[in-house]
Amino acid sequence: MTPLDYDFLRKLLRARSGLVLSAEKHYLVESRLLPVARKAGLFNLTGLVAKLKGANAEPLIVEVVEEMTTNESFFFRDKVPFDHFRETIMPALMAARASSRRIRIWCAAAATGQEPYTLAICLKEMGKELKGWRVDIVATDLSTEVLEKAKSGVYSQFEVQRGLPVLMLIKYFSQIGEMWQVAPEVRAMVKYQPFNLLHDFSRLGPFDVVFCRNVLIYFDQETKIDVLERIARVTEPDGFLALGGAETVVGLTRKFKPVTDRRGLYAPNPSGASAAGSIVNLANAGPRSVVVAR
Amino acid sequence: MKICLVVDDSSVIRKVARRILEGLDFQIVEAEDGEQALGACQRQLPDAILLDWNMPKMDGYEFLKALRRLPGGDRPKVVFCTTENDVAHIARALHAGANEYIMKPFDKEIVEAKFQEVGLI
Repeated sequence: MTPLDYDFLRKLLRARSGLVLSAEKHYLVESRLLPVARKAGLFNLTGLVAKLKGANAEPLIVEVVEEMTTNESFFFRDKVPFDHFRETIMPALMAARASSRRIRIWCAAAATGQEPYTLAICLKEMGKELKGWRVDIVATDLSTEVLEKAKSGVYSQFEVQRGLPVLMLIKYFSQIGEMWQVAPEVRAMVKYQPFNLLHDFSRLGPFDVVFCRNVLIYFDQETKIDVLERIARVTEPDGFLALGGAETVVGLTRKFKPVTDRRGLYAPNPSGASAAGSIVNLANAGPRSVVVAR
Repeated sequence: MKICLVVDDSSVIRKVARRILEGLDFQIVEAEDGEQALGACQRQLPDAILLDWNMPKMDGYEFLKALRRLPGGDRPKVVFCTTENDVAHIARALHAGANEYIMKPFDKEIVEAKFQEVGLI
């Protein structure tokens, strides 16, 4: 692959997915895209780039973007965000939505489905508390290929053992040979659709909760700001945003502010652009008084 | 330093488990079957037990039931680690007092995740 080929691929991936590749990521591009090139009957990445520049390249472009943006996921990843979901987000929203009894959740980078299914399992575990409530989980990802796997809800023995407590495994999965499938009632709680975060998502919203974890890290500063500010526009004023452990809104946007003592959790900032670093303080408030406090 | 009793009739598995668990700061005690493991627990209760199912003399399931009857035997966290990878075995293990369950083959990530799940690390 020549420097010009690499530059072409970097620009293509940046434009189509927001993925930013630094100059030293040659090896990553080669390891992921060489199999794509071979599958297309090409000998090397120079051939692949030539084909991508040619006519009718769209299916191949989609394949390249999907290959480069496919990331692994696992159930209850990092654990803490799901503690926040059960202990902070749901109690606050159930108090605030007591009359409408409707909550909408968006998993913005659902990958192979472990995150939305984890949220669905958390909701199932709430049992009777949610009787009479309608909770929608919209799960999107750029890659149609990973969403197909997500929809099937079928995972290997290795995948279900990373983060998923065994009690949850036997309660919400059934065994199919050496694989495990999410129970139909849990699968039915999640609606999947392919979606590119670089595109307008105003029609998807509004949402009470947005999980957008471990995706901003792949974007440059400008794209991070753009995506966060557009998420703010589809998040209800008393809603929540959960980011990955290595991600933050601080220094990027004032449309969200950190929730005190809830690492990785953010709330819309009503004073938006003018408020400097204000923080939602839940420290002295019981979960059900959060909404009043805000 | 927390003590983990590794119970498996395969010396290879014990060796692999030892390497993983020592990397997680556990002091390792080994037993080749349930009978040896019970003796070890009567001498000193460990904090954690990584337990195979099928072993000569006393299997993991019988050992677990005997362990839970010992004074203080409810304290060690027991994580099964076995090729018995079906729902019926998992349910039996949990019913007998297992805290977590690893289906072989396993790796460091899985052991770490399961030990975290039961609060051992």
